[in-house]
This record gives sequence, structure tokens and C-alpha cells, in this order.
Amino acid sequence: MSTLPRSAGVHPRRAGRPGARAVLALLGTALLVAYCLAPFYWMLVSSFRRSSDLFDKSPLPSPWSLENYRAVLEPGTGFGRALLNSLVVAGVTTAITLVIAVFTAYALARLDFRFKNAVLALIIATSMFPGIALVVPLLKLFAGTLHWVNTYQAMIVPSMSFALPLAVWNLNAFFKQLPRELEHAAMVDGCTPGQAFRKVILPLTAPGVFTTAILTFIAAWNEFIIAVSMVNETSMQTANVAIARFGGATGFDIPYGTKMAAGVVVTVPLLIMVLVFQRRIVAGLTAGAVK
Amino acid sequence: MPVLTAQPFPTSSPPGAAPPNRRPGRRPGGRLAALLVSPTLLVLALVAGYPVLAAFRESLFGKREGLDSSGFVQEGEKFVGLRHYAAVFEGEAGERFWNAFANTTFLTVTTVALETVLGVAMALVMHRAIRGRALVRAGVLVPWAIPTVVSALLWQWIFQADGAANALLGREVLWTTDGFQATVAVIVADTWKTAPFVGLLVLAGLQLIPGEVYEAARIDGAGARQQLIRITLPLIRPVLVVAVLFRLLDALRMFDLPFVLVGPHKQSVETLSMLAFDEAANTRYGPGAAYAVVLFVYVAVVAFVFVRLLGADLLSGDGTGRKTSPRRATTAEGAMA
Repeated sequence: MSTLPRSAGVHPRRAGRPGARAVLALLGTALLVAYCLAPFYWMLVSSFRRSSDLFDKSPLPSPWSLENYRAVLEPGTGFGRALLNSLVVAGVTTAITLVIAVFTAYALARLDFRFKNAVLALIIATSMFPGIALVVPLLKLFAGTLHWVNTYQAMIVPSMSFALPLAVWNLNAFFKQLPRELEHAAMVDGCTPGQAFRKVILPLTAPGVFTTAILTFIAAWNEFIIAVSMVNETSMQTANVAIARFGGATGFDIPYGTKMAAGVVVTVPLLIMVLVFQRRIVAGLTAGAVK
Repeated sequence: MPVLTAQPFPTSSPPGAAPPNRRPGRRPGGRLAALLVSPTLLVLALVAGYPVLAAFRESLFGKREGLDSSGFVQEGEKFVGLRHYAAVFEGEAGERFWNAFANTTFLTVTTVALETVLGVAMALVMHRAIRGRALVRAGVLVPWAIPTVVSALLWQWIFQADGAANALLGREVLWTTDGFQATVAVIVADTWKTAPFVGLLVLAGLQLIPGEVYEAARIDGAGARQQLIRITLPLIRPVLVVAVLFRLLDALRMFDLPFVLVGPHKQSVETLSMLAFDEAANTRYGPGAAYAVVLFVYVAVVAFVFVRLLGADLLSGDGTGRKTSPRRATTAEGAMA
């Protein structure tokens, strides 16, 4: 928000407070970061311990060891393929969902039409359908007439049942917060409603679209019930399913160190993505400030 | 671009040449709206509408057993009416059902309440953060970005008998076996993972509030607390409502976290989703579908009540500050325009 020189006239009364405020802000920030990172840090540290000193409570592994990672990334485990599968499913789901959702969310936020409330209620309704109620009939359909079992689309298409309402609702909230005067001004200047949407509203909603894209991607990446039901071939399973099987039914003999390493490997691509998108969000929010 | 071709007016007409359409936004937008909304509805009908109807149907049918009148073995399904539902509420199955129902309700109320308060606090801290804002926001994304299955594994490790939690507390609690401590473990793990979701949405809402509003409030002598209650909270309300609604709906169908963290068939954390999954996994599709339908109706009732209570902003509100006094609303809108 560098559009205006803020607080040109500083109040003399407030001169003493910024120091205390800064300390408080710093303390809050430190608490927040500790809350968010400490559990993951513990997982990370544990994954680098040898199995012989796995139960150590030292903040750093005393001898660092890649023993657990070697066990996870052995070619036989098929873990790399599982990560790729996750990326494909979550990425395609996000892309399709956002394209559809942007238009719908705009129409719901701005256009006046009959049954608008009914459509809104319907989209809320679909977002709350329990996953378990969707999976069994869809599996029946995919296994029977469509022959979709063990395909990407068998995971992508059902994932839209939760991704699409999520995206529409988040975008809708963003559109609603933009003042209507923006479009009115654009239309006074000769834009059609479509042009007003494309040239004025959409650029201003970039922060909302980016936030929504991340929300959708993570939701799709986190998805578990659909992925575990629609795929039974190891080469097509997502990382989530692989890791659950790792620690699940056959997992009693798998040591925690290896499980922690698997968890870190699944999370690292996400963390890289989060860092990349992070910059875009910040830039988008700054550029999208309504003025 | 289909949006543009659907326009009844030529896009090339000069701006001043259309005085009858002084307020183009008020034109009946039926065709355009139908065009924009129908892809979403079509997809949702296929991937959500059809399966739920199929689940309803499934819950009313059972496996056909025995011989028919001419002595042939009957195969396929037969209509059993509400028999699955009757069985859901009574006897041993009923006990398990009501336990799952209570667990689902308790976990939902506690986690969503904690997550909302923590999420708003997180957003306020992130918004005020002076140093390393980007780093802080990336850090906040970590718990939220970790897949639920991985976070369940991670907390299982922390809540081990000889794990970090017991070491910190100096206790010997068997967290992930069963009992109330298992419920606590699930609540802690769920809150850790999803409070940042609320925080990020609220932060996005906070950033749409122009600094000038606060500046004006400060000039008028409003303190930090007054600014929070009278400006910040009303203006982030639309985003917060959506965030809480999504958290609520998500918590009610909680599945992966207790399933991996504590395990199936545990009385203290078995949710309705886990119960339905267990029935379906054992090929008792009829009862499984019945449990799923009951969960579906429960969720629908909760969502309906929620939307009714806060519905004005969700369905028809076109801006922020609706519920504030007219004078203040005008100030806020004037600042945003």
C-alpha cells in the first residue's frame, strides 16, 4: 500500500507508543511462528536421527543420518511416482476449478437474476456433502460403465465436488467486497459488463484469485478418501495414500523414523510451492489495493 | 470469449450514445448469469448431486436373500424401506451411532471455536507484523499445507508414550490409545492444522480494509480496542463467515485425522464418517449409506441454522458494514470507493 504517503501529520501524543507496539508485534510474531513450525520441526529433526537414537529429545540430531530417507526413497517403494501423481491430480483440479469458479462467483456476486439465492444455497449444499456419501456411488459408476478406476480423472473429477464450492465461495466473498462503483465507472466509460469484469474487476481480484488457487490446491493435495477409493494400483496412487499405507495396515513393523522421513518428503514439494506462491500473494495484495 | 458474444449490445457503440441504459448493471442479467453459472452447476450435479441421490437410494435397499416362490436363488437388491434407519437408532448399533454422533458434535464445536479465535488472532498478528512478513506468512502456511494424513502421523509421533508431549508435560499419558486423552489429541492436532486456514482468510479480508479508515478513526480518538471492535471485525465479517462455515462443514465430516492418529473402532474418537466408512468397507452398503445420509441431514440442518443466523450477509449483502450504523457505514464505503 504505497499509493499514499501515510500519516503525514503524526500525532505528538502517539510518539512514545511505537516502541512498545513493535515489541508486542515481535512477540506475537515469534509466538505465531513457534506455534506453526515447532511440530513440523520435531518431525524434521526426528527424520534425521538414526533408528538407535530415535527417542532422543535433543533439539538437533546428534549424529545426522540419512538412514530414514534411504529407506523411503528406495526405488522399490515407488514414492517418486506417488509424488508425481499427487502433483498431477491436485494441479489439474485447481486449474479447471478456478476457470469455472471465477465466472460463477462473479455472476453470483454482481448480476441480478432469478433463482440467485437458490443457486447460492445449492452450492453451499454441495460443499457440505460428506465425502463418504459421494465415494461409494461414484466408485460404482467408474468401475462399471466408465472404466475409470486407476486413472487420473477418477480422482480429479470427484475432487471438484469440494474444490469448486470452496473456490466459488472464496472468490464470491472477494468480489462482494469490491465497490460496485468500479464497474459502474467502467461502464460509463463504455465497457460492457463483460469488459468491466475482465479489465477492471479481475485485475483487482488477483489477490483473491491467488489465495483461492492456493486454498484449492492444498485441499486437492490433502484429499484422501477419493484417492484411496478410486485407485488400487501402486503406480497410480497419490503420495497421501502411499504414506497412509506406509503407516497404516502394514505399518506395524515400519519404524517411526522412516514414517517421519516419508512425511517430510511429501511435504517438501508443498513447502517449495508455498514459498513461491507466497511472493505472488504479497505482490498481488499490494498491487490490488483499491484506489 | 463467450461472455462478450452474449452481449445484446454492440461493444463498439460510443459511450455517450446509450442514454436509455444509464444503469447497465440493472439490466436483466439472466442470459449472462445462466452462461456463467451453468458450468459450475453442471459439474456439481454430476460429481455431488448424482452420488448423494444414489446414496439415498442405496440406503433404502438391501441384499436380496433366500429363494423366490419357484425355488430359484434370488440375486441383486430389494427394497427394504426404512429398515436400515430403524436399525441405526436402536440396540447395539444405536449405541455406537449415538456415540459417534456425540463425538462428531463435540469435536466440531471445540475445534471450530478454538480455530476461529486463534485464526483471528493470527491474522491480526500477521497484519501487524513488522519484520519478515513474507517469512511469517509462509510459516503460517506450513501446518495448513501439510496433508492431514501426514499431520496425523506427526502428532502420533509427538503423542507417543515416550514422545515429545509426555516429555514436555512430565507425564506418562497414553494419548493415542483411547479415552478422553485421545479426544484431546485429535482436538490439538486439528486446531494446529486448521487455525491457519481461518487466519489466512481473515488476513486477506484485513488487507482489503484501507489504512485511511483506521487513520480517520484515530483522528476521531478511537483506541486500538475500539478500532478492532468497530472497524476491523465488522469489515472482515464476510470473509470470517465464509471461513467459519467451511470449517464447520469440514469438521462435521472429520475422517482422516482420527482414523490415522488414533485408529478405527475407537469409542472416544469414532466420528459419523468413520462409522459409515467402516460399514461400507465391510460391504454393508445399505447401513453405510444410511449412516452417510444421517450425517448428510445433520450437516444440512447445522448449515441451514448457520446460514439463517448470518444469512443476510451471505446471500444478499453486497458489501461490508451492513450491520453498522448508517453513518459509520457511509464512512467505510466512502473510504473504499
